[in-house]
Amino acid sequence: MEIDTKGNMQTGFFTSRIDKMIGWARKYSIFQYPFVTACCGMEYMATACAHYDIDRFGAGLPRFSPRQADVLFVVGTISQKLAPVLVNVYEQMCAPKWVVAFGVCTCTGGFYDDYATVRGIDHIIPVDIYIPGCPPRPETVLQGLMLLQEKIQNQRQEV
Amino acid sequence: MEKSKTLEKIVGKFSEAVIDLHSQLGYDTVIIAKSALLEVARFLKQDPELQYNYLMDLTAVDYWKRTPRFEMVYHFLSLKNKYRVRVKVPVGGAEPEVDSLTSLWPAANWYEREVYDMFGIKFKGHPDLRRILMYPEFEGHPLRKDYPIQKRQPRVGPK
Repeated sequence: MEIDTKGNMQTGFFTSRIDKMIGWARKYSIFQYPFVTACCGMEYMATACAHYDIDRFGAGLPRFSPRQADVLFVVGTISQKLAPVLVNVYEQMCAPKWVVAFGVCTCTGGFYDDYATVRGIDHIIPVDIYIPGCPPRPETVLQGLMLLQEKIQNQRQEV
Repeated sequence: MEKSKTLEKIVGKFSEAVIDLHSQLGYDTVIIAKSALLEVARFLKQDPELQYNYLMDLTAVDYWKRTPRFEMVYHFLSLKNKYRVRVKVPVGGAEPEVDSLTSLWPAANWYEREVYDMFGIKFKGHPDLRRILMYPEFEGHPLRKDYPIQKRQPRVGPK
């Protein structure tokens, strides 16, 4: 860290380059954990398969243990009864980790305005990207994925 | 309309407990007092002529602002005669309670737990009366008409 003539704290050239490089590496090696509970899962599968092919974005290998994953895809309605399980899964993931709310039920609860549904998973875990839609089309999912990559690229990288 | 054999037998044996009865669209319905429920059910099941040996459904209705407020609804089927009968039992009071049918039909166990979960009606003699759909920390009974539609439940942490 240095301080320039105007008194602003600046990160050095080398640190910012390292950050960019790690970000570039991370955004193209997303290991996702799909937490699929409902009909959005079909759209998730459509996105993951060859026609739309999320492998183009380096996210082609879903891990079926949260301990090996970077990105938690929450796909489908989360009920109050399932909420502790989701929190448990999130807490098992190693940092750095990101969360994608896939579909309107995970974003806001959607039309399940009732006693059983969590009204948006951001009530229980932090969320990075919201992909609305009921269910979202694969194009929407891909846009969400690219926004997530942008976020990963530009953030401060914890090592 | 002439009474069916089932209704005639019930009226003949439990005349003081029968509140009302009718036959519509080939479906016999009898409304009986709460105190006679277990006896009527046992009679329907064990009478050699009727043999209503199958408990098809067991549920409740909340007639809010009516006294008595709740009504238990039982549907019985006689596999031998291919007859069906519907038995209704009005239940009221601040702590609604009705006799359990688990001693006659083990299948009543989960039905009654569901009614307890959703309506808060207690069942006397039930072996294991606890919630079946919602979790133990849930507050209130969601299918009651006075359950607030916007009510949010307390968050349940990982166990």
